[in-house]
Amino acid sequence: MEFFFQILINGLSIGFLYALAALGFVMIFKSSSVLNFAHGELMAIGAFVFLVLSTWAKLPIWLAFIITLAGSFSLGFIIERFFLRPLIGEALIEVIMLTVGLAIMLKGLMLFIFGGDIHSYVDFLPQTLTFHWGAIEIPGVYVATFIVGLIFLGLFGFFFKYSSQGIYMRSVADNQPAAMALGVHVRRVFAMSWAIAALVCAMSGIVLGIINGINVHEVSAVGLKVFPVVILGGLDSIGGAILGGLIIGVLETFTGGYISSGLREVIPYIVLIIILMIKPYGLFGLVEIERV
Amino acid sequence: MRKLQFHPCGNFNETYEQELTIFETDYGRLSMLIGLILLFAVVPFISSAYILYIINIIGIYAIAAIGLNLLIGYTGQISLGHGAFFGVGAYSAAIFATKASFPFIIAVPLAGVITAIVGMFFGLPSARLKHLYLCIATLASQFILEYVFVQWEGLTGGAAGISIPSGSLFGIDLGSDRNFYYVIFFCFAVMTWMAVNLIRTRYGRAFIAIRDNDQAAEGMGIPIFQYKLLSFAISSFYAGFAGALFAYYMISITPEPFNLWLSIEYIAMIIIGGLGSIPGSVFGTVFIITLSEILSNITEFLMNISPSISGAITIAPLREFIYGLAIILFIIFEPKGLAEVWRIVRSSFRLWPFSY
Repeated sequence: MEFFFQILINGLSIGFLYALAALGFVMIFKSSSVLNFAHGELMAIGAFVFLVLSTWAKLPIWLAFIITLAGSFSLGFIIERFFLRPLIGEALIEVIMLTVGLAIMLKGLMLFIFGGDIHSYVDFLPQTLTFHWGAIEIPGVYVATFIVGLIFLGLFGFFFKYSSQGIYMRSVADNQPAAMALGVHVRRVFAMSWAIAALVCAMSGIVLGIINGINVHEVSAVGLKVFPVVILGGLDSIGGAILGGLIIGVLETFTGGYISSGLREVIPYIVLIIILMIKPYGLFGLVEIERV
Repeated sequence: MRKLQFHPCGNFNETYEQELTIFETDYGRLSMLIGLILLFAVVPFISSAYILYIINIIGIYAIAAIGLNLLIGYTGQISLGHGAFFGVGAYSAAIFATKASFPFIIAVPLAGVITAIVGMFFGLPSARLKHLYLCIATLASQFILEYVFVQWEGLTGGAAGISIPSGSLFGIDLGSDRNFYYVIFFCFAVMTWMAVNLIRTRYGRAFIAIRDNDQAAEGMGIPIFQYKLLSFAISSFYAGFAGALFAYYMISITPEPFNLWLSIEYIAMIIIGGLGSIPGSVFGTVFIITLSEILSNITEFLMNISPSISGAITIAPLREFIYGLAIILFIIFEPKGLAEVWRIVRSSFRLWPFSY
């Protein structure tokens, strides 16, 4: 039973991480309907910038964190401005291909600079965060992940609900021509959603780096796992992304714990295929009905 | 004999036959004939063993790239699992050759058919939906198939892979590069011919209609689901066929080459070559394989002049960076790829000195 709970807790923490990663993905998809294949690479960039600042340059952790988030935010702007904006109005297939190209370019760049080894951060989390409950132990990183994740989910909830920028973003997601007619600057909203998504990516990259150590290959593999998560939850649903992330995370650790560790990496994709067979728009996705 | 026709200044199609024609001018037909003669009678005899090996690899990859272009470029459905389907072809050919000891001439097409069936299975859920779902489903199929290659040890030999006896065709041993060259390029010519003609049939035109506007296509009475699935099956058949040739050429196969990276390499080939262009797929394959060989030669050269930097510079990341950059630059500046560049260069020569 202890084993069961330990696995459940590990699964929920990993799932929470997937949910955070999927959040940025859904944000881009909702506002500009771009499938971002460079998601894992954006996560890795955030994680590596934080590595350089916190561990190599030995800046204080809070400063490193803020600089990383600000840097990722501007990176999102730059990517949108230079790579995505020339393609506004082009076929969706070209935009998707562009993000694929972006993914391998960034991955190559990072492999070139940091190599394929596992790097790890200095240990900065206080030991008191570790949570004991009977014989079950929740490591401090998971508690920290949970806290940071909740804070950010709350912040984004407020941002989307009350700030004017967030309301613009929701309006563009809902109906682009109507938003444009009401005077929303759609291009700025696209740029904004990429910037925020890159920021969220950087954050989930850092958290992943704290838990597992950072390795380019591994982080980009996690980036691809957002696809099962968002397909399960529904491509355009933020709540679905969170629930989907938790389900996929738990499923993964249970498969790893009870069946085999090889299957663990594949089970999300098997779920993906099954979901596409029986409920293609996911748990909470908007069902698009097109009639001719 | 009638006079050779050259390109007119513009499109003057008066009949449907004119629009459907493959070679717009006799000059094109003539140059294809010369190209074929060069390919079969000159190239294998003048090139060194290393060059011949690269040309063979280009031929094999070009077959698979044409298949992917039929899917992405003509039907507008994105596949990120082409590398895995290539692997399915390689493994089925290897299994047919070792376990069932089928001859070469049966094992290769059969491997293509098996791959088409596997492809259709993965295409099944997603062909009902719009194209981004196929893209995600094929990404999943890539990971699932990779897992199967490694884990189904009874059939695939696990991580150790399978060794294949070198094939023979009509009593001729295909162990040597030059003999295999003829097989590859005969298959290449036939597959290209089939692809070019497929586009002219009602099926090909239906694919293009689906790419351009699926709702309008359905309105015109094209059953979209069947045609998407058909396109996916054809594309997988090409991948499997090429994979089978690859298995026979490489003699032994392991799961490593058939990863997501290979799928992305195929996508890079057709984007750089030109989406929706059969010659473009070939151009792109030549470009990518040559680029990768040049880069690995440069790395080798650098290693030779100073061993100290050999640890710092590794070939793979540099290659990934350049492929990614090439994909992005081509999409932004020349979405139609090298095929379009080639057309522009040709027409600027043709129209010189008055380029209008």
